[in-house]
Amino acid sequence: MLRLTDLELRYGPIRALKGVTLDVAAGEIVTLIGANGAGKSSTLKAISGIHGTSGGSIVFAGRRIDNLPPHEIVALGISHCPEGRRIFGDLSVRENLLMGGYLLAKHEMAGRLDEVLGLFPRLGERIHQAGGTLSGGEQQMLAIARALMCKPGLLMLDEPSLGLAPIMVEKIFETIVALKQTGLTVLLVEQNAGAALEISDRGYVLEIGQVTLSGTSAALRDDQRVAQAYLGG
Amino acid sequence: MFLQHLLNGITIGGSYALIALGYTLVYGVLKLINFAHGEIYMIGAYLGFILISLLPAMPPFLQGSLPLFLLVVFGIAAMICSLYGFYLEKICYRPLRGAPKLTPLISALGASIFLQNFVMISMGAKDRIFPQTIGMRAISLGGVSFTPLQLTIIFSSIALMALLYWFINRTRLGTAIRATSTDPFMAALVGINVDTVISVTFMAGSFLAACAGVMIGLYYGSINFTLGYLGGIKAFTAAVLGGIGNVPGAMVGGFLLGIIEALGAGYFSSEYKDVYAFFILIAVLVFRPAGLLGKRSDERA
Repeated sequence: MLRLTDLELRYGPIRALKGVTLDVAAGEIVTLIGANGAGKSSTLKAISGIHGTSGGSIVFAGRRIDNLPPHEIVALGISHCPEGRRIFGDLSVRENLLMGGYLLAKHEMAGRLDEVLGLFPRLGERIHQAGGTLSGGEQQMLAIARALMCKPGLLMLDEPSLGLAPIMVEKIFETIVALKQTGLTVLLVEQNAGAALEISDRGYVLEIGQVTLSGTSAALRDDQRVAQAYLGG
Repeated sequence: MFLQHLLNGITIGGSYALIALGYTLVYGVLKLINFAHGEIYMIGAYLGFILISLLPAMPPFLQGSLPLFLLVVFGIAAMICSLYGFYLEKICYRPLRGAPKLTPLISALGASIFLQNFVMISMGAKDRIFPQTIGMRAISLGGVSFTPLQLTIIFSSIALMALLYWFINRTRLGTAIRATSTDPFMAALVGINVDTVISVTFMAGSFLAACAGVMIGLYYGSINFTLGYLGGIKAFTAAVLGGIGNVPGAMVGGFLLGIIEALGAGYFSSEYKDVYAFFILIAVLVFRPAGLLGKRSDERA
């Protein structure tokens, strides 16, 4: 479904990605793990077109998408839920969701809003509240719900559990599994490598802009190097 | 007397508010003060002048109905100015996106000088006198006298503000403008074409400024190519007074500034009419830099 080949990305003189190759098949949850600055978020930014690439290619559903503008990539069915949630704080929950479905046709909007609210009933209770007044966990739910509004084929989640209470973290991971069961493909970036490997099918380990290890999540969990570096021994 | 000054203040304040909205909308999406905005307002006034002068050449059904004729004048002036706004952004600001903040500011000043001189050369440096159209015969009511023109101005500025408010809060594109103002990065990620939103914002602001220009031309009766300088700075003051980036703030700030000016001119000295705006600008910047309705933030106007 998605294939990155030798992808390179620069921030000025700094090479954040030095030839990343990975692929995601339809219906999978694939997780990217790695330390801060390893290039996980940069990989997602390159895919969603928010940051230009300087080499390599990105192919989605048989089509080259590297360096397309972000709104065209969303239209192709890739939704990126970025780190830090980035809720539109002054907009109501409803408006946040409508913006998530910005590219939907007018007649699809109401139906999609109901579907997404069905997945997150809590948001329905707060539909007219300003997004910025929600709790951290609710904001994360809203961020995921907003990313789902455009009916994506591939959902990219960047650190969805960051800064949340343990019970909320558990809920987020349950949600991701539930989404997979609806047929959604998920590319997940997580600091919480243990939990991420538990729910994902396959994983890639990134180190300073390169893939150093990949395999099924079960194999990665059992790998000595992964255990020492990312799972706390 | 007080009510009389108040009414005059509201008349002029409505135009300030309309121009101030353009500053505030653009500041919202780009965090840029568009210092060429005053010139768009001035061009609006000149377009109004040209169109109203063409009245004798208009088709009879327009000559027969004054409200319809004015609607056409406002509409055409506003649409042409929207195009000015569109190209202003495209030519003077878009290539500088991502450049240091001072660079687009200098570009704005350049655009402003260019547009002023363009109008001076094409329309002449002398004052232009607006043809009389709406009745100027004052109506007296309870000690307050006003002209039908004044009422038209007040009602049309309020109607235009209501229209903008509806657009910003009730339409998908308007909501996208607000979303882009809060977080342009995230706006791009949900599929909003940020460039389109910025263009629309410039066009909406220019639309309102053009209407304000036609109103001021009708109200004062004469216009000059330097009109945009003072008008622009005053409206900018109004936007800062209300809190730059804040839409209701610009409306409140505009009316407040108009009223303060009218009261100052009425009770102290009309010689100093233009000075009050700058007193206010200084006072706001010293005591409440975020403006009346603005939120405190790290970045201040």
